[in-house]
Amino acid sequence: MSFSVEVEQKQNILCVRLHGELDHHSASELRAIVDRHLEERETKHIVLNAEGLTFMDSSGIGVILGRYKKLQPRGGRLIVCGVSAPVYRLFEMAGLFKVLSLEEQESHALQALGEAV
Amino acid sequence: MKNEMEIQFSALSQNESFARVSVAAFIAQLDPTMDELTEIKTVVSEAVTNAIIHGYEENPAGTVTITVHLDDDVVGISVRDEGGGIDDVDQAKEPLYTSKPDLERSGMGFTIMENFMDEMSVTSVAGRGTTVYVKKQLSKNKVVNH
Repeated sequence: MSFSVEVEQKQNILCVRLHGELDHHSASELRAIVDRHLEERETKHIVLNAEGLTFMDSSGIGVILGRYKKLQPRGGRLIVCGVSAPVYRLFEMAGLFKVLSLEEQESHALQALGEAV
Repeated sequence: MKNEMEIQFSALSQNESFARVSVAAFIAQLDPTMDELTEIKTVVSEAVTNAIIHGYEENPAGTVTITVHLDDDVVGISVRDEGGGIDDVDQAKEPLYTSKPDLERSGMGFTIMENFMDEMSVTSVAGRGTTVYVKKQLSKNKVVNH
């Protein structure tokens, strides 16, 4: 199973929807796509939708934390949503919820960031 | 019943997916739970990624070898590389420690392996390579037939 990313800009929020398997190999693709959008656009926040993820390992943790750090100077937030039980377990193990917020769905994440939906 | 398989492949990140899917397919004969399968796939992915990134510094000339032993409901997996080796294994095992922060490595690989398996051991010789061995007892009697 491969990996694909779908991005949509909603005002200053970058919605990133993940599909397939996120490992060391696909992490570089995700990093490149998100960073290109961070450079080009006035993005402040990122909503990471993990609903379509079928697999993730610690490489996913690394790339997510890396994007969180990039948002820090802009005062932005990173919210993850649609997290499966195995992915939740990895996030918890790495202490990711100390810095990231979790929402059930993308619409809830957008609401939390003040976007009218 | 005892059963064994071994696979070898080039140290290319494309093969991380091949490695975990192959191991999962071999273990499927023990009828593991979805959780057990996910845990084993994650552990294989972590060990193989370590071999590629740290063992071989992403040099595709390197070869990664995975051996899987099944002994009734016990799965033993060893992931071996003949790469650079780990200078300080105890330090490498510490949660969040990474020798490659510039590559955005989380430093969680060994922690995940220890958490998802019953046993883990790391043997490493500088300049000779690293072998990670993990073992897990699968839950028994998942389906009771009357």
